[in-house]
Amino acid sequence: MISIYTRRRIINAINLTFSFLAMLFGLFWLFWILWTLLDKGLSGISLDIFTQMTPSPGSTGGLLNAIAGSLVMVTLATLIGTPVGIMAGTYLAEFGQRGWLAPTTRFVNDILLSAPSIVIGLFIYTVYVAKVGHFSGWAGALALSLIVIPVVVRTTEDMLRLIPDSLREAAAALGAPQWKVVTLVTWRASKVGIMTGVLLAVARISGETAPLLFTALNNQFWSSDMDRPMANLPVVIFQFAMSPYEYWQALAWTGALLITLSVLGLNIAARLFMRKHTSSQ
Amino acid sequence: MRANVSKVTINDLNFYYDKFHALKSINMQILENKVTAFIGPSGCGKSTLLRAFNRMYQLYPSQMAKGEIMVDGSNILDNKQDLNMLRAKMGMVFQKPTPFPMSIFDNVAFGVKLYESLNRHDLAERVEWALHKAALWEEVKDKLNQSGTSLSGGQQQRLCIARTIAVKPEVVLLDEPTSALDPISTAHIEDLIFKLKEDYTIVIVTHNMQQAARVSDYTAYMYLGELIEFGDTDLIFTTPKQKATEDYITGKFG
Amino acid sequence: MSKVHSEEKLKQQRLIDLIFRKTTWFFTLVVFSLLAAIMGSLLIGSLPAIKAFGFDFMVSADWNPVTEKFGAVVPIIGTLVTSLIALSIGIPVSFGIALFLTELSPPWLRRPLGTAIELLAGIPSIIYGMWGLFVFAPLFAKTIQPWLQNTLGQIPGIGLLFEGSFMGIGILTAGIILAIMVIPFVAAVMRDVFEVVPPMLKESAYALGATTWEVIWNVVLPYTKIGVVGGIMLGLGRALGETMAVTFVIGNAHQLHASLFMPGNSIASALANEFTEADGELYTSALIELGLILFFITFIVLAGSKILLAQLKKREGNIT
Repeated sequence: MISIYTRRRIINAINLTFSFLAMLFGLFWLFWILWTLLDKGLSGISLDIFTQMTPSPGSTGGLLNAIAGSLVMVTLATLIGTPVGIMAGTYLAEFGQRGWLAPTTRFVNDILLSAPSIVIGLFIYTVYVAKVGHFSGWAGALALSLIVIPVVVRTTEDMLRLIPDSLREAAAALGAPQWKVVTLVTWRASKVGIMTGVLLAVARISGETAPLLFTALNNQFWSSDMDRPMANLPVVIFQFAMSPYEYWQALAWTGALLITLSVLGLNIAARLFMRKHTSSQ
Repeated sequence: MRANVSKVTINDLNFYYDKFHALKSINMQILENKVTAFIGPSGCGKSTLLRAFNRMYQLYPSQMAKGEIMVDGSNILDNKQDLNMLRAKMGMVFQKPTPFPMSIFDNVAFGVKLYESLNRHDLAERVEWALHKAALWEEVKDKLNQSGTSLSGGQQQRLCIARTIAVKPEVVLLDEPTSALDPISTAHIEDLIFKLKEDYTIVIVTHNMQQAARVSDYTAYMYLGELIEFGDTDLIFTTPKQKATEDYITGKFG
Repeated sequence: MSKVHSEEKLKQQRLIDLIFRKTTWFFTLVVFSLLAAIMGSLLIGSLPAIKAFGFDFMVSADWNPVTEKFGAVVPIIGTLVTSLIALSIGIPVSFGIALFLTELSPPWLRRPLGTAIELLAGIPSIIYGMWGLFVFAPLFAKTIQPWLQNTLGQIPGIGLLFEGSFMGIGILTAGIILAIMVIPFVAAVMRDVFEVVPPMLKESAYALGATTWEVIWNVVLPYTKIGVVGGIMLGLGRALGETMAVTFVIGNAHQLHASLFMPGNSIASALANEFTEADGELYTSALIELGLILFFITFIVLAGSKILLAQLKKREGNIT
C-alpha cells in the first residue's frame, strides 16, 4: 500500500513526462517536415526556377509563370480585401454600438474566418467562373480576397478596441469630427496591429491551394491576362506532385520549399514588426 | 478685476445613463474667468456634469441629457448646436494623459489645424505659444519631433493642456487632471491653472479637497447626482451651510 | 478670441462624417451578406442534385459518375472520421504542449518553443499533404501499420478497424496528418488561455501543497474551460474543412470500409479531385451539394460552439 502522497507524486511525474513528450512530438514533426523540404527542394533551386516557364512532360523548365501568377493574385487579393476588411472592422469597433448589423456581422465574420477554403473557391466558381464561362486570374484573386477579408476585419476590430476611449474623447474634445478622430487618431494608434494582421493574411493566402483549384486553375504558359486561367505555385505544386513524372515531382518539392520559406518569412516578419513597435512605445 | 459675468448657466439639467438617473435637476452658474471646482464622493455625478458641457456623452448612444446649458445665450444641448464647434469652444483635459500617437508638435497642432488654416510659420508660433502657456516649452523645445508618448506622465498632461489651449477655447474643462500624477507634477499643473484663469473660464473636477481649496474661486459639492451646495470656495470650506457638505470636507464622510 | 468658422465648413465636415460612417456601414453590410451569398449560391448550384436525389443523397453510399447515381455518405463519414481521429490525437498532445510551455519550460526556452509551434501552424496545408504522401505514408505502411495490426488488431471488435493490407494511405493516415496540422492551432490557443490565469490563483493552490499536475488539472483547467473548448472547436473547424493535407493521403475512393487502413474520401478531397473534371450538370451539382453540406457542418460546429461558450460564460459569471 503506497501512501496518498507518493501516489500523488507519481501521477504528477507521469503527467509532466507526458507533457514533455508532447512538446517533443510537436517539434519532431516541424523539424521532420522542414528537413524533408530542404532535402528534396534545395537541390532543385537554380536560376532556371526563376527564369523558365513550367515544363510540359518530358522537357525541362522552371516555375517563373507560377511564381509570377501567385505574386499577382496575392497582391490583388490583398489590395481588394484589405480596404474592405479595415472599413468593416472600423464600423464594428467605432460605430456599431447600436443596431443589429454589428453583432450579426461579428458572428458572420467568425464563420467566414473558419469557413473551409475550398467552399470559398466553390462559391466564386458558381457566382463568377460559371457565369463568365472560363477560369481566370480575377476569379483566383477574388477567392483569395474572401479569405483576407475576415482576417483583416477581426484584427482591425480587435486592435481598435485596444485603443482606450479616452484617446477618442480627447480628439473629440478638441472639436475633431468623427472621421478625423478615426483616421488621424485611432487608425494611427493601431497601425502596427492592423498591418500585422494584413501581413498574416498575406501569409495565409500565399499557401492556399484549395480556393484556386476552381478559380484560377493553372496555365502552363506565361500569362499577363487576368481574364484567363493563371498559373500559380500552389496548384502547380499540387498537379506536379500528383503526376507520375519524377522531374515534375522534383519541381513540386522546390516550389513547396519556396512557398514554405516565403510563408514562414512573412510570419516571422509580422512577429518582429509587432514586437519592435510595441516595445518602442 | 472684471465684473462677474456668467459664462455657463445650467437650468434644470437631468442626465441619464440608460435608465439610471445620474444628475437630478441641476441649476448653477459658472462665472467667466473664474475657477469653479466640483467636489464630491465617487459616483456623485461631478464628472458627468462636466462631460455634459461639451456633450462628450454623445459618443455613447445610451447616455442622454435633458434641460438647458446656456453658453453665450444659446442652449448647447439643442440639436441645432454643432457638436464639433461646441467642443472647439469648450476644451477638455482628462484624468489620464492622452497624447496622440504622433510627434509633440503634431499633438499641439492637431486641434489648431482642424479649424484654422495657418501657414507653417504661424502654426509653429501658435504651437510655441501654447507650449509656453502650458509651461512645457523649455522642456520640449529641442525635441518637438519626438513622439508625444515618450514624455513623462506630468509632461504628457501638460502637453494635453497645451493641445487644449492651442485651439483657444473659451472654457477649459479639467476632469481630475492630476489624479494620475505625482505631487511635483501636480504642483506644476495647479500653478498653471492659476495662470490660465486670466484668459479662460475653468471648471475642474477633483477628488482632492485641498486642491479645490487651493485653486478654485467657487466650489460645488455634489452628492448622489444632486447639487448640495454651491458658493464661494472660502465660504464652503470655512462655513458650509449644509451639514452634508461639512461632513464631507471635514472628512467625516466620503 | 474669435474664430472664423463658416457655417459652410461645418456643414461640409458633417457631410464627410456621414459619408465616412455610411462607407464603413456599407462594407460591413458586404461582409454580412457574404455568408448568405455563399449559402444561397451553393444552394442554387445544388438544386439539380437535390431535385434528382432528394434526401437519398444523404443516405446513399453510391457514387457513380457513369450512371449518374450520387450519394454523400462516403465523403461525409470520411470527413467526420478523419476529424475525429485528428482530435483524439490532437487534443491530448496540444494540452501537453500548452502545459509544457506555460508551466514546465525554462523561461528562456518559452519564446523560441512557442514560436516554433506557431510556425508549424503557418506551414501551408499542401506541404503537409505532400510530405504525408511521399515521406510519411511509406514509412507508416512499413512500420506502424503492421505494428498496429499485431497489437490493437488482435483485440476482438476493435480489430476490425485495423484490417487489410498496408498501403500507407487511407483514412487513418489522413486523420494523423490532420492531427499534426491542428496540434499547433489548438496548442497555441490553450497556451494563450493558460497564460492569463492569475498567478495568485495558482500560487494559492501551490501554497496548499498541490503538485504541478494538480494545480493544472484542478485550478488552471476549470478556470480556462471556455477558452480551451474554443480552441478545440477551432481545431475541429480546421480539420473538417481541410482540403490539401487530406487529398494527398486519403486515397480518394468512394468506398465504405470498417477498416481505417482502407482508402476513403472526404468532402473536401472529393471536391478537389473531381470538380474540374466533372462533366454533366448532375455530377457538378452533386459536388456543389457536397460543398453545401460541408459548409453546413462547419457552420453547425461553429455556431454550436458559440452558443455553448456563451452558456458556459453565463453560468460562470464573467470569467474569461
